[in-house]
Amino acid sequence: MKTHNQKAWFFVLPVLILVAFNALIPMMTVVNYSVQETFGNNQFFWQGLDWFENILNSSRFQAALGRQFLFTGIILAIEIPLGVIIALAMPRKGVWVSVCLVTVALPMLIPWNVVGAMWNIFTLPDIGLLGYFMNHVLGVDYNMTQSPFAAWVTIVAMDVWHWTSLVVLLSYAGLVSIPDAYYQAAKIDGASAFAVFRYIQLPKMKRVLTIAVLLRFMDSFNIYTEVFVLTGGGPGNSTTLLSIDLVKIALGQFDLGPAAAMSLIYFAITLLVSWLFYTLMTRDETK
Amino acid sequence: MRKRSLIPIIYILFLMLPIYWLVAMSFKTTGEILSGFSLFPQTWTFDNYRVIFTDPTWYWGYINSIAYVSLNTVISVSVALPAAFAFSRYKFLGDKQLFFWLLTNRMAPAAVFALPFFQLYSAVGLFDTYLAVALAHALFNVPLAVWILEGFMSGVPKELDETAYVDGYSFPRFFIKIFLPTIAPGVGVTAFFCFMFSWVELLLAKTLTAVAAKPIAATMTKTASSAGYELGLLAAAGTLTIIPGAIVIYFVRNYIAKGFALGRV
Repeated sequence: MKTHNQKAWFFVLPVLILVAFNALIPMMTVVNYSVQETFGNNQFFWQGLDWFENILNSSRFQAALGRQFLFTGIILAIEIPLGVIIALAMPRKGVWVSVCLVTVALPMLIPWNVVGAMWNIFTLPDIGLLGYFMNHVLGVDYNMTQSPFAAWVTIVAMDVWHWTSLVVLLSYAGLVSIPDAYYQAAKIDGASAFAVFRYIQLPKMKRVLTIAVLLRFMDSFNIYTEVFVLTGGGPGNSTTLLSIDLVKIALGQFDLGPAAAMSLIYFAITLLVSWLFYTLMTRDETK
Repeated sequence: MRKRSLIPIIYILFLMLPIYWLVAMSFKTTGEILSGFSLFPQTWTFDNYRVIFTDPTWYWGYINSIAYVSLNTVISVSVALPAAFAFSRYKFLGDKQLFFWLLTNRMAPAAVFALPFFQLYSAVGLFDTYLAVALAHALFNVPLAVWILEGFMSGVPKELDETAYVDGYSFPRFFIKIFLPTIAPGVGVTAFFCFMFSWVELLLAKTLTAVAAKPIAATMTKTASSAGYELGLLAAAGTLTIIPGAIVIYFVRNYIAKGFALGRV
């Protein structure tokens, strides 16, 4: 049992100061901008909640938000089941374990802009490996810079390539924590492979899968660099996800007020959905 | 058993294909790249790498990146250690709320923070220093470090603390001599994650630096736009950014599965 000790606050103090410096001051800056209008020269005028209203009603924001949910939905639907399947098939013992783990984890350690650049080179229509294969071997017309559909397929493939490994490693960690006795008992009972999965492996993986879904939701919802380097949000606006649009408004057009209001709405949505996921997926545990 | 091992093999092949293409490109001459498709480099060239190792704007990019990433790892792990200990051992007023608030910082889109961070770190005179990037990355690395370390520390039985106190150890001596060695794998895994997330992040690192502390990733984006089609050079620079990660991952390979479960399975 944990003991009550208010002095523990002193242990937490360094973290508190550091994170507060990093989170609270910028957050206050954003809140400050979000209710004001500026015409440069450091002159600010009170604007109230107009920006929030403008943003929420603008079709540009709604479209970017829609694309963002579509993207996150697609990659979650692919990466979570795929990650579990691969984790189930990974070796548990022997020399291949280390080799598998290291190679599987490799994509996650590549800087995000390099991931974008790598996929760009990989998919160039005439000189990229994938681009050449699609266009000249399969005869499919595949050009990311012209077809929105091809651009979407590419960003989804890139994200699956980049992050499925996180789900694999988390599920794998859940699987290796299952004692052998459980499998032996299942064998004695004559349980089928599916029954073993449904009643032994899946419940044991529930906790790590919760973490996986949460992390994948948060990170894919905030994705910027990879997609920006790969498509620049194009062709047209077809792959302009929420954060790409935000950076365009904030740093490109320097519209501080609308950008700040959009940031806060964006953050609020991320928090809300993460909280929803978390309560839904841990509901059974607390009962 | 045969059929089952096919799945990881296909998956790993899929992972390696784009990486192979990047590496293959880095050994080709610009002429060969632009003249058409070739599966292997026809004429091997090391010119792309030679440029990177002799041009200061290139190799300083790597030194800068490694400098702020290391600094961030040290800061994150050292402030997270006492905090994680407090969360794993004690109950105190507002502990749950504090823990959740820490995690919310992991959810904030980096794009939201880019501009305020620029103003904040300019105001305190840290703009374009390693410390600025290291501190900014602490925003998402410290909460993660506390989370992972707390998991590992909760796995150590409390009897260990009590025995040490009975034996006459003071708290600092107990923490450094006994507790830290016990959770050494946890510290390693945490350091790995801090390294990883700081190494791969670009948006904040780019916003907070100009010349003196510019990360390698920013040098690459500049080349990509200014030099037109220097794909070979870009590929070589990209290949070199994979190496530090591969080295670090090799050292923690035996703990990585556990670390990915954040010690909380």
